Amino acid sequence: MALNGNLRDFTITQLLNLINLASKTGTLIIEGPRETAEISFREGKLAYAMIGEKNNNLAGILYGAKKLSASQYRAIQQRAGHVSDKELGLLLINAGYMTQQDILEALQKKFSSVVRQLFTWVEGFFRFDKQKMPPEDRINVRLDLENLIIEGSRQLREWEQLQDEIPSLEMALKFTDRPGADLKNVNLSVEEWRVVSYITPKNKISQIAKATKMDDMEIRRVIYGLIQAGLVEITKPEGAVKPMIKDNMFPTQDKAEQKSLVNRLINRISSI
Amino acid sequence: MQTVKMVVTGPFSSGKTQFIGSVSEIDVVATERKISGEGEKQVKDATTVAMDFGRITVDEDLVLYLFGTPGQKRFDFMWEILSEGMLGFIVMIDSSRPETFREARSILQTFRAYAPTPYVVAANKQDMEDAWELEDMRNALRLDPNVKLLPCVATDLKSVKSVLLELLYSILAEMEAGA
Ligand SMILES: Nc1nc2c(ncn2[C@@H]2O[C@H](COP(=O)(O)OP(=O)(O)O)[C@@H](O)[C@H]2O)c(=O)[nH]1
Ligand SMILES: [Mg+2]
Repeated sequence: MALNGNLRDFTITQLLNLINLASKTGTLIIEGPRETAEISFREGKLAYAMIGEKNNNLAGILYGAKKLSASQYRAIQQRAGHVSDKELGLLLINAGYMTQQDILEALQKKFSSVVRQLFTWVEGFFRFDKQKMPPEDRINVRLDLENLIIEGSRQLREWEQLQDEIPSLEMALKFTDRPGADLKNVNLSVEEWRVVSYITPKNKISQIAKATKMDDMEIRRVIYGLIQAGLVEITKPEGAVKPMIKDNMFPTQDKAEQKSLVNRLINRISSI
Repeated sequence: MQTVKMVVTGPFSSGKTQFIGSVSEIDVVATERKISGEGEKQVKDATTVAMDFGRITVDEDLVLYLFGTPGQKRFDFMWEILSEGMLGFIVMIDSSRPETFREARSILQTFRAYAPTPYVVAANKQDMEDAWELEDMRNALRLDPNVKLLPCVATDLKSVKSVLLELLYSILAEMEAGA
Protein backbone atom coordinates (compact mmCIF):
# COMPACT_ATOMS: atom_id res chain seq x y z
CA MET A 1 0.00 0.00 0.00
CA ALA A 2 1.40 3.25 -1.06
CA LEU A 3 1.20 6.95 -0.53
CA ASN A 4 3.18 8.21 -3.42
CA GLY A 5 2.86 10.44 -6.42
CA ASN A 6 4.07 13.56 -8.12
CA LEU A 7 4.18 17.12 -6.85
CA ARG A 8 2.42 18.15 -10.03
CA ASP A 9 -0.71 16.48 -8.66
CA PHE A 10 -0.37 17.20 -4.95
CA THR A 11 1.01 20.29 -3.30
CA ILE A 12 3.15 20.07 -0.18
CA THR A 13 0.28 21.53 1.82
CA GLN A 14 -2.04 18.82 0.56
CA LEU A 15 0.47 16.20 1.63
CA LEU A 16 0.82 17.79 5.06
CA ASN A 17 -2.96 17.76 5.23
CA LEU A 18 -3.09 14.01 4.53
CA ILE A 19 -0.44 13.35 7.16
CA ASN A 20 -2.18 15.57 9.68
CA LEU A 21 -5.67 14.13 9.17
CA ALA A 22 -4.47 10.54 9.37
CA SER A 23 -2.04 11.23 12.24
CA LYS A 24 0.69 9.49 10.32
CA THR A 25 4.07 8.34 11.58
CA GLY A 26 6.95 7.97 9.15
CA THR A 27 9.01 9.95 6.69
CA LEU A 28 7.90 11.86 3.63
CA ILE A 29 10.64 11.62 1.05
CA ILE A 30 10.53 14.13 -1.78
CA GLU A 31 12.91 13.82 -4.67
CA GLY A 32 13.15 17.23 -6.26
CA PRO A 33 15.06 18.00 -9.44
CA ARG A 34 18.21 18.90 -7.53
CA GLU A 35 17.83 17.72 -3.97
CA THR A 36 15.99 15.22 -1.83
CA ALA A 37 14.03 16.29 1.23
CA GLU A 38 13.12 14.05 4.13
CA ILE A 39 10.46 15.17 6.55
CA SER A 40 9.59 12.92 9.45
CA PHE A 41 6.38 12.86 11.46
CA ARG A 42 5.13 11.27 14.61
CA GLU A 43 1.37 10.86 14.99
CA GLY A 44 0.78 13.62 12.49
CA LYS A 45 3.19 16.10 14.08
CA LEU A 46 6.40 17.33 12.51
CA ALA A 47 9.38 15.57 14.12
CA TYR A 48 12.36 16.26 11.89
CA ALA A 49 13.21 17.80 8.53
CA MET A 50 16.18 18.05 6.25
CA ILE A 51 16.98 18.83 2.66
CA GLY A 52 19.89 17.24 0.87
CA GLU A 53 23.08 16.41 2.65
CA LYS A 54 23.27 19.88 4.10
CA ASN A 55 24.75 20.25 7.51
CA ASN A 56 21.79 19.47 9.68
CA ASN A 57 23.52 18.69 12.94
CA LEU A 58 22.55 20.37 16.19
CA ALA A 59 25.68 22.50 16.42
CA GLY A 60 25.08 23.91 12.95
CA ILE A 61 21.44 24.62 13.71
CA LEU A 62 22.24 26.32 17.03
CA TYR A 63 24.92 28.38 15.35
CA GLY A 64 22.46 29.36 12.62
CA ALA A 65 20.00 30.38 15.34
CA LYS A 66 22.74 32.47 16.98
CA LYS A 67 22.65 30.34 20.12
CA LEU A 68 26.30 29.51 19.65
CA SER A 69 29.07 31.90 18.72
CA ALA A 70 31.36 31.26 15.78
CA SER A 71 34.19 30.16 18.02
CA GLN A 72 31.99 27.88 20.10
CA TYR A 73 30.69 26.36 16.90
CA ARG A 74 34.21 25.87 15.59
CA ALA A 75 35.32 24.22 18.82
CA ILE A 76 32.43 21.78 18.65
CA GLN A 77 33.07 21.09 14.97
CA GLN A 78 36.71 20.34 15.62
CA ARG A 79 36.57 18.47 18.87
CA ALA A 80 33.09 17.04 19.34
CA GLY A 81 32.66 15.21 16.05
CA HIS A 82 32.06 11.94 17.89
CA VAL A 83 29.36 13.38 20.14
CA SER A 84 25.76 12.76 19.09
CA ASP A 85 23.17 15.55 18.88
CA LYS A 86 21.37 14.24 21.93
CA GLU A 87 24.59 14.11 23.96
CA LEU A 88 25.64 17.56 22.81
CA GLY A 89 22.25 18.96 23.72
CA LEU A 90 22.48 17.52 27.22
CA LEU A 91 26.03 18.81 27.67
CA LEU A 92 25.02 22.32 26.66
CA ILE A 93 21.99 22.27 28.96
CA ASN A 94 23.97 20.84 31.86
CA ALA A 95 26.68 23.44 31.33
CA GLY A 96 24.03 26.09 31.69
CA TYR A 97 24.57 27.51 28.21
CA MET A 98 21.01 27.09 27.17
CA THR A 99 17.74 25.53 28.21
CA GLN A 100 15.98 22.59 26.66
CA GLN A 101 13.42 25.10 25.47
CA ASP A 102 16.11 27.07 23.60
CA ILE A 103 17.23 23.96 21.81
CA LEU A 104 13.74 22.81 20.88
CA GLU A 105 12.81 26.25 19.63
CA ALA A 106 15.90 26.43 17.45
CA LEU A 107 15.10 23.03 16.00
CA GLN A 108 11.43 23.88 15.43
CA LYS A 109 12.44 27.04 13.61
CA LYS A 110 14.92 25.18 11.50
CA PHE A 111 12.55 22.35 10.57
CA SER A 112 9.71 24.77 9.82
CA SER A 113 11.98 26.68 7.50
CA VAL A 114 12.90 23.47 5.72
CA VAL A 115 9.20 22.76 5.16
CA ARG A 116 8.67 26.36 3.98
CA GLN A 117 11.43 25.87 1.46
CA LEU A 118 9.48 22.91 0.10
CA PHE A 119 6.45 25.11 -0.61
CA THR A 120 8.36 26.45 -3.59
CA TRP A 121 8.97 23.01 -5.07
CA VAL A 122 6.64 22.28 -7.94
CA GLU A 123 8.31 19.23 -9.35
CA GLY A 124 9.37 15.99 -7.82
CA PHE A 125 8.27 12.57 -6.72
CA PHE A 126 7.07 11.95 -3.21
CA ARG A 127 6.55 8.83 -1.18
CA PHE A 128 5.67 8.25 2.41
CA ASP A 129 7.74 5.60 4.17
CA LYS A 130 6.05 4.37 7.34
CA GLN A 131 9.12 2.48 8.47
CA LYS A 132 11.63 5.26 8.15
CA MET A 133 12.37 7.62 11.05
CA PRO A 134 15.22 10.09 11.54
CA PRO A 135 18.52 8.72 12.84
CA GLU A 136 18.39 7.66 16.51
CA ASP A 137 20.88 10.23 17.71
CA ARG A 138 18.96 13.23 16.37
CA ILE A 139 16.71 15.35 18.55
CA ASN A 140 13.11 15.37 17.36
CA VAL A 141 10.49 18.01 17.94
CA ARG A 142 6.73 17.75 18.08
CA LEU A 143 5.16 20.53 16.07
CA ASP A 144 1.51 20.85 15.01
CA LEU A 145 1.16 21.04 11.25
CA GLU A 146 -1.81 23.40 11.12
CA ASN A 147 0.22 26.59 11.08
CA LEU A 148 2.53 25.37 8.36
CA ILE A 149 -0.42 24.20 6.30
CA ILE A 150 -2.14 27.56 6.57
CA GLU A 151 1.09 29.34 5.67
CA GLY A 152 1.52 27.12 2.64
CA SER A 153 -2.08 27.65 1.57
CA ARG A 154 -1.65 31.42 1.72
CA GLN A 155 0.96 31.08 -0.97
CA LEU A 156 -1.32 29.30 -3.35
CA ARG A 157 -1.84 31.72 -6.19
CA GLU A 158 -3.32 29.72 -9.00
CA TRP A 159 -6.88 30.74 -9.54
CA GLU A 160 -7.65 27.51 -11.30
CA GLN A 161 -6.53 25.34 -8.47
CA LEU A 162 -8.48 27.35 -5.92
CA GLN A 163 -11.56 27.11 -8.04
CA ASP A 164 -10.98 23.43 -8.36
CA GLU A 165 -10.70 23.03 -4.62
CA ILE A 166 -13.76 25.12 -3.85
CA PRO A 167 -15.94 24.94 -6.94
CA SER A 168 -19.06 26.48 -5.48
CA LEU A 169 -19.48 29.47 -3.19
CA GLU A 170 -23.08 28.42 -2.62
CA MET A 171 -21.94 25.85 -0.10
CA ALA A 172 -21.60 26.45 3.64
CA LEU A 173 -18.86 25.62 6.14
CA LYS A 174 -18.72 23.92 9.48
CA PHE A 175 -15.99 23.26 12.00
CA THR A 176 -14.63 19.73 11.97
CA ASP A 177 -15.03 17.63 15.07
CA ARG A 178 -11.64 16.02 14.52
CA PRO A 179 -9.82 15.51 17.82
CA GLY A 180 -6.85 17.83 18.09
CA ALA A 181 -8.21 20.38 15.66
CA ASP A 182 -8.11 23.53 17.69
CA LEU A 183 -8.35 27.04 16.32
CA LYS A 184 -6.72 28.40 19.45
CA ASN A 185 -3.37 26.94 18.46
CA VAL A 186 -3.39 28.41 15.01
CA ASN A 187 -1.90 31.74 13.99
CA LEU A 188 -4.60 33.34 11.90
CA SER A 189 -4.49 36.75 10.28
CA VAL A 190 -7.14 39.35 11.04
CA GLU A 191 -8.92 38.58 7.76
CA GLU A 192 -8.88 34.88 8.50
CA TRP A 193 -10.34 35.45 11.96
CA ARG A 194 -13.11 37.53 10.46
CA VAL A 195 -14.00 34.71 8.11
CA VAL A 196 -13.89 32.23 10.98
CA SER A 197 -16.34 34.32 12.97
CA TYR A 198 -18.97 33.85 10.25
CA ILE A 199 -18.62 30.09 9.90
CA THR A 200 -21.84 28.21 10.51
CA PRO A 201 -23.87 25.89 8.28
CA LYS A 202 -26.38 28.74 8.04
CA ASN A 203 -24.01 30.97 6.07
CA LYS A 204 -23.09 30.27 2.49
CA ILE A 205 -19.50 31.03 1.49
CA SER A 206 -20.80 33.73 -0.83
CA GLN A 207 -22.51 35.40 2.13
CA ILE A 208 -19.34 35.25 4.19
CA ALA A 209 -17.44 36.83 1.31
CA LYS A 210 -19.95 39.65 1.17
CA ALA A 211 -19.86 40.23 4.91
CA THR A 212 -16.07 40.30 4.98
CA LYS A 213 -15.79 42.27 1.73
CA MET A 214 -13.62 39.70 0.07
CA ASP A 215 -13.63 38.82 -3.60
CA ASP A 216 -14.08 35.26 -4.86
CA MET A 217 -10.38 34.63 -4.98
CA GLU A 218 -9.62 35.98 -1.50
CA ILE A 219 -12.39 34.08 0.20
CA ARG A 220 -11.41 30.88 -1.56
CA ARG A 221 -7.82 31.23 -0.46
CA VAL A 222 -8.70 31.79 3.18
CA ILE A 223 -11.14 28.91 3.23
CA TYR A 224 -8.76 26.66 1.38
CA GLY A 225 -6.19 27.14 4.15
CA LEU A 226 -8.71 26.38 6.87
CA ILE A 227 -9.86 23.27 5.05
CA GLN A 228 -6.33 22.04 4.39
CA ALA A 229 -5.47 22.57 8.05
CA GLY A 230 -8.37 20.24 8.88
CA LEU A 231 -10.19 22.94 10.84
CA VAL A 232 -13.30 23.37 8.73
CA GLU A 233 -15.14 21.41 6.08
CA ILE A 234 -17.56 22.20 3.33
CA THR A 235 -21.14 21.29 3.99
CA LYS A 236 -24.52 21.83 2.40
CA PRO A 237 -26.14 25.05 3.54
CA GLU A 238 -28.73 24.44 6.21
CA GLY A 239 -32.15 23.88 4.73
CA ALA A 240 -30.76 23.03 1.29
CA VAL A 241 -30.77 19.28 1.75
CA LYS A 242 -32.76 17.95 -1.17
CA PRO A 243 -34.49 14.60 -1.01
CA MET A 244 -32.31 11.90 -2.54
CA ILE A 245 -35.10 9.66 -3.68
CA LYS A 246 -37.23 10.80 -6.56
CA ASP A 247 -40.11 9.13 -8.30
CA ASN A 248 -38.46 9.21 -11.71
CA MET A 249 -35.92 6.70 -10.42
CA PHE A 250 -38.57 4.01 -10.41
CA PRO A 251 -40.97 2.53 -12.94
CA THR A 252 -43.69 2.72 -10.32
CA GLN A 253 -44.90 5.57 -8.12
CA ASP A 254 -46.10 3.31 -5.34
CA LYS A 255 -43.74 3.63 -2.35
CA ALA A 256 -44.21 0.06 -1.16
CA GLU A 257 -43.54 -1.25 -4.66
CA GLN A 258 -40.46 0.92 -4.90
CA LYS A 259 -39.10 -0.57 -1.72
CA SER A 260 -39.91 -4.09 -2.82
CA LEU A 261 -38.12 -3.41 -6.06
CA VAL A 262 -34.93 -2.40 -4.25
CA ASN A 263 -35.18 -5.49 -2.06
CA ARG A 264 -35.53 -7.69 -5.13
CA LEU A 265 -32.43 -6.07 -6.58
CA ILE A 266 -30.55 -6.77 -3.37
CA ASN A 267 -31.63 -10.41 -3.33
CA ARG A 268 -30.75 -10.90 -6.96
CA ILE A 269 -27.30 -9.38 -6.74
CA SER A 270 -26.52 -11.26 -3.53
CA SER A 271 -27.24 -14.48 -5.39
CA ILE A 272 -25.03 -13.84 -8.42
CA MET B 1 -41.15 -5.48 -18.02
CA GLN B 2 -39.87 -2.85 -15.61
CA THR B 3 -36.39 -1.41 -15.80
CA VAL B 4 -34.18 0.58 -13.47
CA LYS B 5 -30.69 1.87 -14.05
CA MET B 6 -27.48 2.70 -12.29
CA VAL B 7 -24.59 4.69 -13.67
CA VAL B 8 -20.91 3.88 -13.32
CA THR B 9 -18.72 6.92 -13.74
CA GLY B 10 -15.12 7.89 -13.05
CA PRO B 11 -11.94 8.97 -14.81
CA PHE B 12 -10.49 7.35 -17.89
CA SER B 13 -9.15 3.84 -17.29
CA SER B 14 -10.48 3.66 -13.74
CA GLY B 15 -12.18 0.32 -14.45
CA LYS B 16 -15.76 1.20 -15.44
CA THR B 17 -15.96 -1.20 -18.37
CA GLN B 18 -14.35 -3.94 -16.32
CA PHE B 19 -16.75 -3.36 -13.43
CA ILE B 20 -19.84 -3.61 -15.60
CA GLY B 21 -18.40 -6.51 -17.56
CA SER B 22 -17.81 -8.50 -14.38
CA VAL B 23 -21.50 -8.64 -13.42
CA SER B 24 -23.32 -8.15 -16.67
CA GLU B 25 -25.08 -11.15 -18.18
CA ILE B 26 -24.59 -9.69 -21.65
CA ASP B 27 -21.37 -8.54 -23.25
CA VAL B 28 -20.74 -4.94 -22.42
CA VAL B 29 -21.77 -3.40 -25.70
CA ALA B 30 -19.08 -0.80 -25.89
CA THR B 31 -17.69 0.22 -29.22
CA GLU B 32 -13.98 0.08 -28.77
CA ARG B 33 -12.25 2.42 -31.15
CA LYS B 34 -8.71 3.58 -31.38
CA ILE B 35 -8.42 7.15 -30.28
CA SER B 36 -5.81 9.70 -31.11
CA GLY B 37 -5.40 11.63 -27.85
CA GLU B 38 -1.70 11.08 -27.13
CA GLY B 39 -1.74 10.92 -23.35
CA GLU B 40 -4.77 8.69 -23.29
CA LYS B 41 -3.29 6.33 -25.80
CA GLN B 42 -0.39 5.55 -23.54
CA VAL B 43 -2.72 4.40 -20.83
CA LYS B 44 -4.87 2.14 -22.93
CA ASP B 45 -4.92 1.25 -26.59
CA ALA B 46 -8.63 1.43 -27.12
CA THR B 47 -11.18 3.54 -25.39
CA THR B 48 -14.92 3.39 -25.14
CA VAL B 49 -16.61 5.90 -27.36
CA ALA B 50 -20.05 4.41 -27.17
CA MET B 51 -21.50 3.70 -23.79
CA ASP B 52 -20.81 0.66 -21.72
CA PHE B 53 -24.03 -1.08 -21.15
CA GLY B 54 -24.65 -4.05 -18.89
CA ARG B 55 -27.73 -5.96 -17.83
CA ILE B 56 -28.76 -7.93 -14.79
CA THR B 57 -32.14 -9.66 -15.01
CA VAL B 58 -33.68 -9.60 -11.55
CA ASP B 59 -36.80 -11.65 -12.26
CA GLU B 60 -39.37 -11.97 -15.00
CA ASP B 61 -40.63 -8.41 -14.35
CA LEU B 62 -37.51 -6.46 -13.53
CA VAL B 63 -34.23 -5.67 -15.22
CA LEU B 64 -31.33 -3.57 -13.94
CA TYR B 65 -29.23 -1.73 -16.50
CA LEU B 66 -25.76 -0.52 -15.75
CA PHE B 67 -24.43 2.36 -17.82
CA GLY B 68 -20.83 3.40 -17.93
CA THR B 69 -20.04 6.99 -18.78
CA PRO B 70 -17.43 7.83 -21.36
CA GLY B 71 -14.63 9.18 -19.19
CA GLN B 72 -13.30 11.90 -21.39
CA LYS B 73 -14.35 15.47 -20.85
CA ARG B 74 -15.50 15.95 -24.41
CA PHE B 75 -18.28 13.46 -23.90
CA ASP B 76 -19.50 14.96 -20.67
CA PHE B 77 -22.77 16.11 -22.22
CA MET B 78 -23.70 12.44 -21.97
CA TRP B 79 -23.43 12.51 -18.22
CA GLU B 80 -26.49 14.65 -17.77
CA ILE B 81 -28.45 12.53 -20.19
CA LEU B 82 -27.42 9.32 -18.46
CA SER B 83 -28.03 10.55 -14.96
CA GLU B 84 -31.69 11.26 -15.64
CA GLY B 85 -33.77 8.82 -13.63
CA MET B 86 -30.93 6.69 -12.29
CA LEU B 87 -31.35 4.86 -8.98
CA GLY B 88 -27.86 5.85 -7.96
CA PHE B 89 -24.32 6.01 -9.20
CA ILE B 90 -20.90 4.58 -8.56
CA VAL B 91 -17.74 6.62 -8.92
CA MET B 92 -14.83 4.38 -9.90
CA ILE B 93 -11.36 5.57 -9.03
CA ASP B 94 -8.06 3.92 -9.87
CA SER B 95 -6.45 3.78 -6.41
CA SER B 96 -3.01 3.42 -7.96
CA ARG B 97 -3.16 6.61 -10.01
CA PRO B 98 -3.28 9.58 -7.64
CA GLU B 99 -2.89 11.91 -10.61
CA THR B 100 -6.53 11.14 -11.43
CA PHE B 101 -7.96 11.93 -7.99
CA ARG B 102 -8.57 15.58 -8.75
CA GLU B 103 -10.53 14.70 -11.85
CA ALA B 104 -12.46 12.08 -9.91
CA ARG B 105 -13.47 14.70 -7.41
CA SER B 106 -14.65 16.99 -10.11
CA ILE B 107 -16.66 14.22 -11.81
CA LEU B 108 -18.24 13.41 -8.46
CA GLN B 109 -19.21 17.01 -7.89
CA THR B 110 -20.64 17.33 -11.37
CA PHE B 111 -22.77 14.24 -10.94
CA ARG B 112 -24.03 15.33 -7.57
CA ALA B 113 -25.08 18.59 -9.11
CA TYR B 114 -27.09 16.83 -11.85
CA ALA B 115 -28.92 14.56 -9.49
CA PRO B 116 -28.88 14.38 -5.70
CA THR B 117 -29.18 10.60 -5.85
CA PRO B 118 -27.44 8.11 -3.58
CA TYR B 119 -23.92 7.17 -4.62
CA VAL B 120 -20.89 5.26 -3.47
CA VAL B 121 -17.23 5.67 -4.33
CA ALA B 122 -15.26 2.58 -5.35
CA ALA B 123 -11.53 2.64 -4.67
CA ASN B 124 -10.71 0.33 -7.55
CA LYS B 125 -7.56 -1.66 -8.32
CA GLN B 126 -6.92 -2.27 -4.65
CA ASP B 127 -5.01 -5.36 -5.78
CA MET B 128 -2.25 -3.19 -7.23
CA GLU B 129 0.89 -2.72 -5.21
CA ASP B 130 0.78 1.04 -5.72
CA ALA B 131 -2.81 1.39 -4.54
CA TRP B 132 -3.41 4.13 -1.99
CA GLU B 133 -5.01 3.24 1.31
CA LEU B 134 -8.68 4.06 1.76
CA GLU B 135 -8.10 6.57 4.52
CA ASP B 136 -5.63 8.55 2.41
CA MET B 137 -7.96 8.44 -0.55
CA ARG B 138 -10.87 9.65 1.53
CA ASN B 139 -8.82 12.59 2.74
CA ALA B 140 -7.37 13.38 -0.67
CA LEU B 141 -10.80 13.21 -2.29
CA ARG B 142 -12.23 15.11 0.64
CA LEU B 143 -15.16 12.77 1.02
CA ASP B 144 -17.64 13.34 3.78
CA PRO B 145 -17.35 10.77 6.56
CA ASN B 146 -20.84 9.53 5.69
CA VAL B 147 -20.03 8.86 2.04
CA LYS B 148 -19.24 5.20 1.43
CA LEU B 149 -15.75 4.65 0.08
CA LEU B 150 -15.45 0.97 -0.77
CA PRO B 151 -12.40 -1.11 -1.61
CA CYS B 152 -12.85 -2.64 -5.04
CA VAL B 153 -11.19 -4.98 -7.50
CA ALA B 154 -13.33 -4.74 -10.61
CA THR B 155 -11.98 -7.98 -12.03
CA ASP B 156 -13.34 -9.81 -9.00
CA LEU B 157 -17.07 -10.54 -9.11
CA LYS B 158 -17.42 -10.73 -5.32
CA SER B 159 -15.97 -7.28 -4.96
CA VAL B 160 -18.19 -5.81 -7.69
CA LYS B 161 -21.26 -7.39 -6.08
CA SER B 162 -20.49 -5.88 -2.72
CA VAL B 163 -20.11 -2.40 -4.23
CA LEU B 164 -23.49 -2.72 -5.94
CA LEU B 165 -25.06 -4.02 -2.74
CA GLU B 166 -23.66 -1.14 -0.71
CA LEU B 167 -25.22 1.28 -3.15
CA LEU B 168 -28.56 -0.52 -2.87
CA TYR B 169 -28.37 -0.45 0.92
CA SER B 170 -27.76 3.30 0.74
CA ILE B 171 -30.79 3.68 -1.51
CA LEU B 172 -32.91 1.68 0.88
CA ALA B 173 -31.65 3.72 3.83
CA GLU B 174 -32.55 6.95 2.02
CA MET B 175 -36.02 5.62 1.25
CA GLU B 176 -36.54 4.74 4.87
CA ALA B 177 -35.22 8.10 6.04
CA GLY B 178 -37.57 9.88 3.63
CA ALA B 179 -40.63 7.83 4.51
N1 LIG C 1 -5.32 -4.89 -11.52
C1 LIG C 1 -6.52 -4.43 -11.82
N2 LIG C 1 -6.77 -3.99 -13.07
C2 LIG C 1 -8.00 -3.51 -13.34
C3 LIG C 1 -9.01 -3.47 -12.38
N3 LIG C 1 -10.11 -2.91 -12.94
C4 LIG C 1 -9.78 -2.64 -14.22
N4 LIG C 1 -8.52 -2.99 -14.48
C5 LIG C 1 -7.77 -2.81 -15.74
O1 LIG C 1 -7.62 -1.43 -15.95
C6 LIG C 1 -7.71 -1.10 -17.32
C7 LIG C 1 -8.78 -0.07 -17.57
O2 LIG C 1 -10.05 -0.61 -17.22
P1 LIG C 1 -11.38 -0.19 -18.00
O3 LIG C 1 -12.49 -0.98 -17.41
O4 LIG C 1 -11.19 -0.31 -19.46
O5 LIG C 1 -11.46 1.34 -17.61
P2 LIG C 1 -12.53 2.45 -18.05
O6 LIG C 1 -11.82 3.39 -18.97
O7 LIG C 1 -12.93 3.13 -16.79
O8 LIG C 1 -13.68 1.75 -18.72
C8 LIG C 1 -8.01 -2.42 -18.04
O9 LIG C 1 -6.79 -2.93 -18.52
C9 LIG C 1 -8.56 -3.30 -16.94
O10 LIG C 1 -8.31 -4.65 -17.16
C10 LIG C 1 -8.70 -3.95 -11.05
O11 LIG C 1 -9.52 -3.93 -10.12
N5 LIG C 1 -7.45 -4.40 -10.84
MG1 LIG D 1 -14.40 1.97 -20.60
